[in-house]
Order: sequence, then C-alpha cells, then structure tokens
Amino acid sequence: MKLSALQQSYLNRRSNSFRGSAQLDSAADGSVKSPAAVFWLVLHGVCCLISLVLGFRFSRLVFFFIFSTSATNLYTAPFRGAAEIASHLDVRSTPVTGAADSVPGNMTAVVASSTSRVVVGRHGIRIRPWPHPDPVEVMKAHQILERVQREQRALFGVKNPRTVIAVTPTYARTFQKLHLTGVMHSLMLVPYDLVWIVVEAGGVTNETASIIAKSGLRTIHVGFRQTMPNSWEGRHKLESRMRLHALGIVREQKLDGVVMFADDSNMHSMELFDEIQNVKWIGAVSVGILLHSTDSSATIQREGEEESTPMPVQGPACNATNKLVGWHTFNSLRYAGRSAVYIDDRAPVLPRKLEWSGFVLNSRLVWKDVDDKPEWVKDLDELDGAGEEVESPLSLLKTTSMVEPLGNCGRQVLLWWLRVEARSDSKFPAQWIIDPPLDITVPSKRTPWPDAPPELPSNEKMSDGAQTQDQQINKHSTKTKTPRTRRSRTKRRHDTKVIGVQASTLSVSEQQN
Amino acid sequence: MGPLKWALLGVLLSASLFAIDSVELRRNQPTERISGSAGDVLEDDPVGRLKVFVYELPSKYNKKILQKDPRCLNHMFAAEIFMHRFLLSSPVRTLNPEEADWFYTPVYTTCDLTPNGLPLPFKSPRMMRSAIQLISANWPYWNRTEGADHFFVVPHDFGACFHYQEEKAIERGILPLLQRATLVQTFGQRNHVCLKEGSITIPPYAPPQKMHTHLIPDKTPRSIFVYFRGLFYDVGNDPEGGYYARGARAAVWENFKDNPLFDISTEHPTTYYEDMQRAVFCLCPLGWAPWSPRLVEAVIFGCIPVIIADDIVLPFADAIPWEEIGVFVDEEDVPKLDTILTSIPPEVILRKQRLLANPSMKQAMLFPQPAQPGDAFHQVLNGLARKLPHDKNAFLKPGEKVLNWTAGPVGDLKPW
Repeated sequence: MKLSALQQSYLNRRSNSFRGSAQLDSAADGSVKSPAAVFWLVLHGVCCLISLVLGFRFSRLVFFFIFSTSATNLYTAPFRGAAEIASHLDVRSTPVTGAADSVPGNMTAVVASSTSRVVVGRHGIRIRPWPHPDPVEVMKAHQILERVQREQRALFGVKNPRTVIAVTPTYARTFQKLHLTGVMHSLMLVPYDLVWIVVEAGGVTNETASIIAKSGLRTIHVGFRQTMPNSWEGRHKLESRMRLHALGIVREQKLDGVVMFADDSNMHSMELFDEIQNVKWIGAVSVGILLHSTDSSATIQREGEEESTPMPVQGPACNATNKLVGWHTFNSLRYAGRSAVYIDDRAPVLPRKLEWSGFVLNSRLVWKDVDDKPEWVKDLDELDGAGEEVESPLSLLKTTSMVEPLGNCGRQVLLWWLRVEARSDSKFPAQWIIDPPLDITVPSKRTPWPDAPPELPSNEKMSDGAQTQDQQINKHSTKTKTPRTRRSRTKRRHDTKVIGVQASTLSVSEQQN
Repeated sequence: MGPLKWALLGVLLSASLFAIDSVELRRNQPTERISGSAGDVLEDDPVGRLKVFVYELPSKYNKKILQKDPRCLNHMFAAEIFMHRFLLSSPVRTLNPEEADWFYTPVYTTCDLTPNGLPLPFKSPRMMRSAIQLISANWPYWNRTEGADHFFVVPHDFGACFHYQEEKAIERGILPLLQRATLVQTFGQRNHVCLKEGSITIPPYAPPQKMHTHLIPDKTPRSIFVYFRGLFYDVGNDPEGGYYARGARAAVWENFKDNPLFDISTEHPTTYYEDMQRAVFCLCPLGWAPWSPRLVEAVIFGCIPVIIADDIVLPFADAIPWEEIGVFVDEEDVPKLDTILTSIPPEVILRKQRLLANPSMKQAMLFPQPAQPGDAFHQVLNGLARKLPHDKNAFLKPGEKVLNWTAGPVGDLKPW
C-alpha cells in the first residue's frame, strides 16, 4: 500500500494519478525537508517494509554488501550503521535464522588479518539443511554407549562372574503365564550366564514348555510326578521337594555357579543378581513380603500389639559389626486364623518362616565328593527321606552361623515375595491361544466406539434389536452393516456389557479338572 | 628475543607430546599418566623451587571488600581470594623480600558485585593502579623490575582488560601497568589482546565440597550421549542471537534440539551434577567469554568435555594435554557435531575417560580448602617455578623506565 504509493510517486512524479500526486504535493508543500532527507526517509521505509516481508533486517544485508568489499575488520561497522538507520524489527531469531544462514558464510569472514581468525561481532547461526539425525550415526552412538557401559561394568562391576542357576517350581494354572513371564523377563535381563531349572508339578506340559521356550535361555525343564495339591500347606511342601529335586539335578550334572530360588510369582530386582555373585558358600538376602490381602482394614489396624513396627521383610539380622546374629521372620500372628488355606481363598496368603527364595547357595555345596566342601554342610542325600519336612535350605546346614548376609547385611530388600492365584474354577485357553475363534453375537456397529453404549438386545430378537440400535444412534452412524447374527446356543455365563461387541462365551477345551 | 618468546609460546600453547603409561591406581581403575608439553609436571611439588613474597596491602584492597560482600567467596571468580589465603600459609611464602623470586599483590579486583552477583569491572583498573602505586612507593621491588617478577591474579571475564564486553575489553587492552607482570587469569584465547604471553591460565573456581557431595556410584552406567544445560540465547543482552557465543550456542540448539542423543536444555535441574556423571560427552561451548566452569565440572565428573570455542587456551595448557583429553570442535563445525562425536572410535573415547579418571587431573582443576598437593594452587606455583630463573632484561638498569604511568583511558587515572 504505502510501498506502492511511494514507488509510484517516486517513479511517476508527473503522472496524473490523483492519489499519488495529491500525496506527493501535500508532502512537498507541507514539509521543508531537503531531498536528501526525503531520500533517506524513503530508503528507510523501503528497507523497513522489505524487512517486514522477509522477516530479518534487510538493511543490514544491504550495508554489508556495500561495505564488504572494502577494508578488513569492518565486520562490526556495518551493523552499527545499520542499527542506527534501520528500525528495530525485533523479530524472534527462530524464523530469522533460516534466512540468516542463507547469507553466505563470509559473514564470519575469515578475515585475512595478522591477528586472529576469531572476530567479535554478530555471526550467523549455522543450521544445516537436513536437521534430522542420520540413522547410521545414531547406531554408532548407541554402540559407543554400549562399549562405554561394558567397560564400566568390567571396571566397577563383578569380576569373574559365575553362572546363575535359577530354580523355579511351577505348575500349569491360569496365573502361570503371568508369573512365569515375569520371572522369565527378569532372568533374560541378567547380564551373567544363566541356567534355568524349571520343575513342573504334574509332569512336563506343553503349556509351560511354550512359555519358557521364548526365553532364549538355557533351560532344564523337568517334570515332578505329583500334581499340585489345592492347599497352601500342601503346595509349600511340594515346592520344597521340587526344589530339592532340582538340587539333585545340579548335583548330577555338576552345574557350577550360584543357585538362587526364583519362585514363579516373585519379583526380583537386577541388583539381586549382582549381589549374589558375592556369595561364598551360602548367603541370605532380605525378602520383602507382599501380602495380598483383600481386607485392607485388617492390615491397618494394629490391634494393640506393638513390640515393633512389623516390617514385611524376611531375612538376616545383623548387629552393628555386620555379623549375622539372627533372622527377621514375618510376624504372621496377626493373620492367625484369617489366612488362606486353599489356593483360591480370598484371604492373605502367608509365607513360611523363612522362604527358600531368600537364600542363595554355591552349587558346589550340593555336589558329591567335593574336597573343599566345608564340614558344616550335610550331604544332599541325607535330605532325601520323603518324610522329611525341609522348610528352607538351612536344613542343609549343620550350623546356621556360617550363612553370609548379603545386600548390605540385609538392609537392602532385593526381591519381593508374592502369592496370587486365580479362582479354582477359572479357565483359560490352552497356551493362551483362542481356538476356535470367539463367537460374535452382535458385531460392532461402527468404529470407533460410539459415545453411548447401545442397549443390548435379548437373544431372540437379535436382528430386530440390531435395527433398533441403528435408529437410536442415528446421528452418528453413516452406514449400517448387515449384522451377522449367529445365535450362540451355549450357555451365556458372562454377560459383560461391552460397548458395541458382545462377547460370547468361550467354548474352551478344558485342560484341568 | 621476540621470535624466541613466540616459539616458546607456540610450544606451550599448542598440542603436546604425550607419554602413555597404564597405571593401576587405588580404585582399581586403570588410568593413564598425564604429561603435557612441559613434561610430567602435574605432580611436581613447588616447595623449595620458588619463594613468594606477599605484599601487605591495607585491608581496603582485600579484607574490607570481602567483608562488604561475602558472596565473592562462592562465585567463579573466587580464585583470587583463595590464592591469597593459600599463599599466606604456604611453605613457599617468604617474609624476606630480598630472597623472593616472585611477588604477589593481594588485590581483589573482582569483588564489586551487582545485586545479581555479577562483578562490575569499572573500578577495577583504578583499584589495580592504586595498589601498584602503593607497592611502588613503599617497596623498591616494583621499580627495580617494573613488575617483571610480580604476578597478579585477575580472574575476570577478559583478564586484565577489565571489561565484560569483548569489544570494549579489546579496546582497552591489558592495563598498561601490568604489561611486564605475569598474569594469572581464567581467560585464554590465542592471538587475543587480553592474553599476554607468559600468562598462566587457571580454571575458574568451582566449589569442591559441593561437587563431591553429588558423586554417584561409579558403576552407574553412562547412558546420556551428549549433555548440556545452560543458555543458548541471552535474551536480555542479545535477543536475536548471533552475538552471544558468536552464534555457536544458538547453532547447537537449532541443530540438535530434536536429536534424541543430545540432552540439552536451559533448565536448571537439581540433578545437574548427577546427570553429568551419567553422560559420555559434556558440551563446553563459549558464552560471552570462552571459558566456563563447565570444563571443571566435566573433568571432575568424568564426562569428556567437548570444547566449542575457537582458539581457546585451556587451564595449565603446558601441564595438561587437553587435545588428548577433550574434543575440540570448531565453531563452524557445530552443525556437524553429531557426525564428529559419533565418528570418534570407541577406543579413543575409553582412553579419554581413563585420562579423566586420573586423580591428579581432577585435583589440578580444584581449589580445595585447605590446599592439597597437586591442586590448582600448586599448579600455579609450578607454572611460576617453570618460569624461573627470570631472564636478564627483567631487572632494569637504575633509572631505566619502561612503563608509561599515564597510558590508558583517562578514567583510569582517577585515584581509587
């Protein structure tokens, strides 16, 4: 507007254009400006407007190009001159920098002077045209990081790491996949060599085999002749025997390393595996006990028994000089009478006095005919009597004073004990593969999910119901698909109200009783 | 003598010979011996090699200033104060000026702070001039050498140019009265007016106790590739960018703000020191001046410093082979920073980390209270000792005058 008017007035001084001449005349009549001043004013205005359009200080560019051919080190001078003349368009530098970079690199001119190649003043902000990282370089960076971390581990981590032998008793049930996957992932992260001995009650099943096959670890999967009983008592006893069986395997195959007991529903921290490398013969770590209690108010009430705040921790107890003086066990008196008896009881499941998972052994303790085995260890065969109740690996020892407390003398809780199981009548698809596919009684009307859940029609009026749904939710539906109604004739036990899709019952090949 | 001095300067300031020796140190971490161009001098003991006489100036030059503003003890220019305290109780101090090799003038020129804590250099030239007038009037030692065997600690942004703005500092140049003295300063840039040859560059002051309380276990894996926290644009003084840091910091931001390998931002996290210990590279770009405490922090925390400051002279450049320890990137190569850093072979990176792990390296960057062997105070003394014996034209013939006492801007001549 103004630009064109000025240019017009400049170019067509004597034009008959009404607007232009009127402006020019009025300006010429009213002011006493000299032509030079007018010229500078006009130039100033032109520069301002161009800068407005382009987004950076155009005048600087002009002066730079005008003066750059002259003597050296006038680098700062052009900008001072421009700053006086040009108006302050304080454009934020982010849109500026693209243009600023287009100014040729001689902004930061390698001024051929005898002093320094570093010049004071305003420099362009260099931005490369393709800002994204090159994937090959990113890979190299990650390799560098990995190498640095490997070096750190070699310097500050454990020297001469030993193989970890993890012993897991398990059996096929609904929650097995949940628990076993958790343990499997923890073991897959262990940076040391690992052997995973999985003892399965009720014999080896495909269920378990399919889960552990995905680990990529070296596994020894054995079955145990008995099936898992339904009570916690019985389960604990059987698990002890299964663990002893695993120790027998360690003995037979002369596996060398550190034996730790990774129960399938426990949660292990990575520091645990670093810490157990320090064990000499037999060590104990602190285990956090997570009681899954449905009745939360019961846990909060103290009921007046106050000797000490009951920490849900089992493990070694040390005195001030970090010597083992005793054991912390879980105080289960508060739950006496209210604890779960059967596996699917809705009551807190109590741990034993000392859980197996809190102990780690040097595998040589269970080997036959090893010369340097300490005398305070019984031979594994002595525990083989079926009637023997082996509650914890301490039964392997003649004296418990030689147990090494690990994890800063038991101050660090390195793993957590938890027992959560499904209802006894719960069913799950074999190997968690749905075959045959689920029946669909009412298909989803449209995607995405509608705002309001449709009314679920009764079974008989399936097709009519589909159409009434259509009419009700009219405003959102664009087209209606012909519903594929398939009446399911099996019993509908789960009447879940799922928006849009009604799942039918699952006809599942039952796997267990 | 001129070309010889240039050659000496060149040798001192350029990349140096290096002797490699793998040494097992107490912490089970193999580190490497550090030798700079002056040799294996980091662990030298200056005691017995030089004697320093400390002038007794009236307390208005030092103690009273500090009393007025005790913040001077914690900012990055605190080296001048701690150097004074160290020298007062050091075995190199002598009370007999006749046997002294070096003379120290304790004047705290960087202790006039704004409410924000930044030092104002406007009175510093007058203060320095007044101190020199005092020592030349009361003791004969200044006049016999016109300062050639005196040293001054001037840790401000541009050293003895006494200004925070580079252009003004260049205009002023080094205070004319100091032109024969040895300057101990943090600023160092080759071919710059404010760095005279023979100066000793020191690291800026960083509080050692504070850094040591933030140490994390060594085995914490270093998972950050590049780390930086600080300003990219100085919005108050240079909103458009391009002036601050010669556009280098802005270039870093614009090129790498979206790059996941670069953990850079302007935030001020409480875990700043811990994060540096989890990083492989720490950027140390220039700001308004080329030096910054980031270098000290990077060395203490074992993070390889990436120095983006053309022609910078790093602390104790003759004793520490910075080329072997840090990565130098030209300001014009900033857009290619990721390419440069990822193309460094891993063995070189591991070696740099081993050098950084050397405890004598870390000690040399610190000003601990009380002083410990091998720390920055001792490196300064070592540097001074290496300059001995003074050459012949340090001592002037009687009646000979070199300095012009009326040179410099008129404002400097006013008494302080």
